[in-house]
Amino acid sequence: MNEERRDFLGKALGGVAGIGGIAALYAAKRSWDPLPSVKAAGFTTIDLSAAEENVLHVDKWRGKPIFVLKKSADMEPNDRDIVIGEDRFHVSIGLCTHLGCIPAYLPGEEKFKCACHGGEFDTSGQQTFGPPPSPLVVPPFKIDGTKVVLGEAGPEYEQMKSAGITA
Amino acid sequence: MAKFEKANSVEEWLDQRLAINKVKKVMAYEYWIPKDINFLWAMGMILAMTFGVLTISGIFLLMYYKPDVNLAFDSVNYTIMSEVGYGWLWRHMHGVAASLVFLIIYIHMFTGIYYGSYKKGREMIWLSGMLLFVTFSAEAFSGYMLPWGQMSYWAGMVITNLFSAGSLELNGLVEWIRGDYVPGDAFLTRFFMLHVLLLPLVIMGVIGLHFASLRIPHVNNQEGEDFDFDEEAEKYKAGKKKESKVIPFQPVFLSKDVFVMGVFMIFYFYLVFYHYQFALDPVNFDPADGLKTPAHIYPEWYFLWSYEILRPFSKDIGLVAFGFAQVAFFLLPFLDKSPNTKPAHKRGKAFVAWFWIMIVDMIVLTVMGKVPPVSPFNEIGLVAALVFIGLFVALPIITKKEKAV
Ligand code: HEM
Ligand code: FES
Repeated sequence: MNEERRDFLGKALGGVAGIGGIAALYAAKRSWDPLPSVKAAGFTTIDLSAAEENVLHVDKWRGKPIFVLKKSADMEPNDRDIVIGEDRFHVSIGLCTHLGCIPAYLPGEEKFKCACHGGEFDTSGQQTFGPPPSPLVVPPFKIDGTKVVLGEAGPEYEQMKSAGITA
Repeated sequence: MAKFEKANSVEEWLDQRLAINKVKKVMAYEYWIPKDINFLWAMGMILAMTFGVLTISGIFLLMYYKPDVNLAFDSVNYTIMSEVGYGWLWRHMHGVAASLVFLIIYIHMFTGIYYGSYKKGREMIWLSGMLLFVTFSAEAFSGYMLPWGQMSYWAGMVITNLFSAGSLELNGLVEWIRGDYVPGDAFLTRFFMLHVLLLPLVIMGVIGLHFASLRIPHVNNQEGEDFDFDEEAEKYKAGKKKESKVIPFQPVFLSKDVFVMGVFMIFYFYLVFYHYQFALDPVNFDPADGLKTPAHIYPEWYFLWSYEILRPFSKDIGLVAFGFAQVAFFLLPFLDKSPNTKPAHKRGKAFVAWFWIMIVDMIVLTVMGKVPPVSPFNEIGLVAALVFIGLFVALPIITKKEKAV
């Protein structure tokens, strides 16, 4: 038995098996990716003209809850508001930025409270207490008359994004 | 080819072909166990048996369970619970065993800590044991997703979000794990796969490793006494059974083990028939709803202590503390610098104090993890979490000072 030949065979086997292994890992990784049908999950249109002040309306976009809150005059305006005519709306993904529970809206105290670990947000979605590290996320939106289309990035959204006030 | 003679019995026939007598000897009749151990050493076999019970009850559940977000809830709560004959029995057995297995794991771990069974050659026993703890945790979590109730959905949401690693915002990783933006059908089916196939396979492999790692260092004993197993085995074989410090695994050790297992089984079936509710969260009897978080989310009791270490801190620090809690016990054999492999009460006051403070602290964390996140529970939880971390920092210092006994 020629040991050099055996070594060579060993290395060749290792090399080919290694490439195969990496290819298999890639295939495995891709199999766990979200399906195209899931990713293409479309757009949601919300008509804001029906909203009432200080009443939280919850919609759904890509399986996630969407908060729509029409602000009353006493609530502080914020750059993250969606402004339509005279009215200001807070629109955000209703998942706590800590670990993703849905905070409840307390109209009396005018704040959101997350039951999971006690986080709180004000009516502009900014964290005011507890573990949440960042404000509620504003989803990509485009204003269309009194409606907003979620999933499409309009100029107002791009502006917020470049100002760094939403993730 | 080997020479085969005509066999006079089935046993002999098998022995010629599979060497079963040799296997029996190596695995049981001449596998030596120290005499000086107590019922706490039966916990390992109780765990092995409970894993068996989980597997069998799981096989029956598998015949009617449907891993589909539209069907899962009813297949469990309606079909299995009220249509399948004795379906409720398998479900209650599975749920109660899954809960009790953690109680026994914790007793087994703390027995190991008390008697120093993770030191001086027994490190691999400890590390493989911790791997079992981690895989059992993953197994329990994946199983909890399957009924697709409110707690399944929201625990799935919160736990997968941990992988975004706080400010690193690895949302792509979270979506990859879920196969969706939120836990959905892809999520349920892949966790079903993990629960019924991949993780049980891994667990079986690691149990094999755990048992193999016991072979060379042998099982520890109540005094931490270090003796020559071969010598003691010779004494036993020579008939000096009284004098010898060891007994064979079968039939001597097992007969006592089986007694403790029997007591455990009576307790277990008592719970299955009369007190199964503790293992089935009432909130999980509401179907999953992605637009409604339950008023209060908490994990099963056995995860509460580490969940509480996450809760009182800001997001990033909480994640780091939580990550630390998950791996801290792996480090035990390397943080314990003491020269002694002795039970805690022989190692001096400092280690005894460390041991009991750790147990009390973990109980406090467990209780605080269950109550709502308000004052004063937040503050008590914070202190308990800091004590937990502090104990691991203190361990090398106090064990280094320990005098050899
Ligand atoms: C969950 C599945 C587990 C099974 C089936 C299992 C099984 C066993 C068995 C049969 C023994 C020998 C008998 C005894 O001393 O009890 C043993 C010993 C041991 N196990 Fe486990 N175990 C499991 C988990 C763990 C965990 C989570 C740890 C801790 C990290 C651990 C640490 C140990 C140690 C240190 C010993 C040696 C005890 C001694 O030498 O005195 N095991 N295990
Ligand atoms: S998920 Fe809201 S505070 Fe943790």
